[in-house]
Amino acid sequence: MKNGNKAKNGRNGKMQTAGRAPRISVERATPVNERLPVLKTYKIFIAGKFPRTESGRYYQLKSPAGQPLANICDCSRKDVRDAVSAARAAQGSWAARPAYNRAQILYRIAEMLEGRAPQFVDELTRQGVSGAEAEVAASVDRFLYYAGWADKYQQVFSAVNPVASSHFNFSVLEPTGVVAILAPETPSLLGLVSLVAPTIAGGNTCIALASTGQPLCAVTLAEVLATSDLPGGVVNLLTGRRAELLDHFASHMDVNAILYAGDDPKEIAAIRTKSSLNVKRPVIHTRGDWTSPEAQSPYFILDAQETKTTWHPIGT
Amino acid sequence: MPSPAVQLNFSTTWSYAPAPESAAHVKVAPRYELFIDNRFTPPAEGGYFDTINPATEKKLSEVARATAADVDKAVAAARRAYEGPWSRLAPNERGKYVYRIARMIQDRARELAVIESMDGGKPIRESRDVDVPLAAAHFFYYAGWADKLDYAFPNRSPKPLGVCGQIIPWNFPLLMAAWKLAPALATGNTVVLKPAETTPLTAMKLAEIIQDADLPPGVVNILTGAGDSGAAIVNHPGIDKIAFTGSTEVGKLIQKSLASSRKKLTLELGGKAANIVFADAPIDQAVEGIINGIFFNQGHVCCAGSRLLVQESIAEMVLRKLKDRMRTLIVGDPLDKNTDVGAINSKPQLEKIQQYLKIGGEEGADLWCTECDLPQRGYWCRPTLFLNCSQSHRVVQDEIFGPVLAVQTFRTVEEAIEKANNTPYGLSGGVWTDKGSKIFKVSSQLRAGVLWANTYNKFDPASPFGGYKESGMGREGGLHGLLPYLSLN
Repeated sequence: MKNGNKAKNGRNGKMQTAGRAPRISVERATPVNERLPVLKTYKIFIAGKFPRTESGRYYQLKSPAGQPLANICDCSRKDVRDAVSAARAAQGSWAARPAYNRAQILYRIAEMLEGRAPQFVDELTRQGVSGAEAEVAASVDRFLYYAGWADKYQQVFSAVNPVASSHFNFSVLEPTGVVAILAPETPSLLGLVSLVAPTIAGGNTCIALASTGQPLCAVTLAEVLATSDLPGGVVNLLTGRRAELLDHFASHMDVNAILYAGDDPKEIAAIRTKSSLNVKRPVIHTRGDWTSPEAQSPYFILDAQETKTTWHPIGT
Repeated sequence: MPSPAVQLNFSTTWSYAPAPESAAHVKVAPRYELFIDNRFTPPAEGGYFDTINPATEKKLSEVARATAADVDKAVAAARRAYEGPWSRLAPNERGKYVYRIARMIQDRARELAVIESMDGGKPIRESRDVDVPLAAAHFFYYAGWADKLDYAFPNRSPKPLGVCGQIIPWNFPLLMAAWKLAPALATGNTVVLKPAETTPLTAMKLAEIIQDADLPPGVVNILTGAGDSGAAIVNHPGIDKIAFTGSTEVGKLIQKSLASSRKKLTLELGGKAANIVFADAPIDQAVEGIINGIFFNQGHVCCAGSRLLVQESIAEMVLRKLKDRMRTLIVGDPLDKNTDVGAINSKPQLEKIQQYLKIGGEEGADLWCTECDLPQRGYWCRPTLFLNCSQSHRVVQDEIFGPVLAVQTFRTVEEAIEKANNTPYGLSGGVWTDKGSKIFKVSSQLRAGVLWANTYNKFDPASPFGGYKESGMGREGGLHGLLPYLSLN
């Protein structure tokens, strides 16, 4: 059984020779005197803290070879509500931060992610992903990319409007508010990062649902976010079943926009239908290739921005 | 400061001689057909319905009722035009057609203003000075964009969407037609437009202008009708984009009904804007702004300043001045150039307003209205205040769409912001203070798409307009108003 797993990704033996902690998926037959690894409990991320789901439910994540990798929180509607409350509470002060500060925090996230790259590579690999190094590197670079945009998109897309009357009139971008993100199943890390990074670069806060089949990196990304000076509540990460949580994400009355990555017509219709309850902005990304150059641009930031126009008389 | 007991009483000492705008030069046909493929075409099966003058309750004309068969025909015409001459036209030539429309609206401005006031009830001063000039300006502004679209969105080559279905409200009939048509045409789309049931006439005049401007047949099709005609447009499979301006209730229905569709959607919906007056405001200007905010166009304005938030320390003075100013408002004949507040647009709308006047009282707010004379016939509502409102009152939370202002007080900046933001809407807002830093603090924290600081209800084609939250999505006006009609991919 384990031979098959080793043959597939070739990581386990390498990890042991490097003296790294073995994982739950391998070492069932650990010799008596060898050190027993400390396993990681994968929890969710709400308001900067790492609770378990209030539902008490879980699902067991297995490797492609069928070995258990971890117990994953199977979040419920209550977790969605808690996450939205946290996101709403954090939104005003996050949006009010100087763009320079948001840029530095996104840069800090890239630094932390880079430093823990081997862990992400390891988790992706254990979940059966080939090319994990490239995905992690692209994820670091994506945070860096949007760190750079955080203090620039406003200049590119705002305007002073030449109105005919004697008024000074200008339009600026403001964050839409609380954004719900349904990240793609794969790539589980890069897809999530590609939607979260532009959302928070633009001053929104978010709740995101990790890939159901490959949730490990989302939880570990939460640990990166928690150590990057990102205020609690700006990003809230849930794990669980998309089929159950999609409706709760789309119907929550205090969510202002919802980003969906996928191409299931039923899911898209459900999101659009529920969005009409409070005129949420649904943004549907059907693209499959999150590694392409088109998968990053300031237009991803614009997906969760509102244009505010202000008038003031010119006179004495 | 004068004693509160002393009141200005204009009604007994001042009287204005009637100053009616002549309607003699205006030609309104007894019947209007549907405008499809540049031809006036009888409806397939829907028959005709009356459009009346809300100030006299007299019939002005009858217009065709479009049904699904007519929508099919109009969409087919729009598709032929899109795939034929319109998309083959050089962008600068396309722009010239839009410029022509702007010029012809200017040529016929007087006629359009009079018909607008007759069909919709708005004062001639507003249709003459606001609606019609702004409609022409809107076409003029967007015409110039037609051959410059590659400069609008960095690193993108925008493409038109195809056939657009556009549904507009009755509060600014011609102006809303301009807001919809001008950007759609400039960006290279073709259009099926439906004017509101109670105000179809200026749209039919615009159809004549489009004929005169010699636009290729099918580029603009105008279908009159009611809600079911609109639904047939929304649900038509041959349409690529829906743009709707109207109530939040209907907007949500449209968003829902398009859930399984590939159509692009923009919505410009209701509002419940707070007009916030601080103690350090220029008070007399603020009072004018409050008046303009809620009584402009009988309060039939989605961005109306329908909530007054006044700082407690000046509330008594502001309300006294506000009541004095309200007593001078002349309610009556929309065609009289002295009229400030015209007729309520329709009987159902008047009934809705009256329902809210009842609800407000029942919920505990204090109703105050002017005592001006009203004409015998027609639909009228006196300028009205609700005093001592609570945040939970329906007259504070709901869009009434009439000349009814809900008044609340506040003590701190934070309280004003919190109250202002505490509705599901987010279309507009007003702030009055002489302190610049306070303007920026408040305007940046109000969750609304249009902010007027020390002014209110100003509009311009170059200025993006549209809402946050349940007030809609997308912007109309300015560079930002191109985006709803383009694909950037």
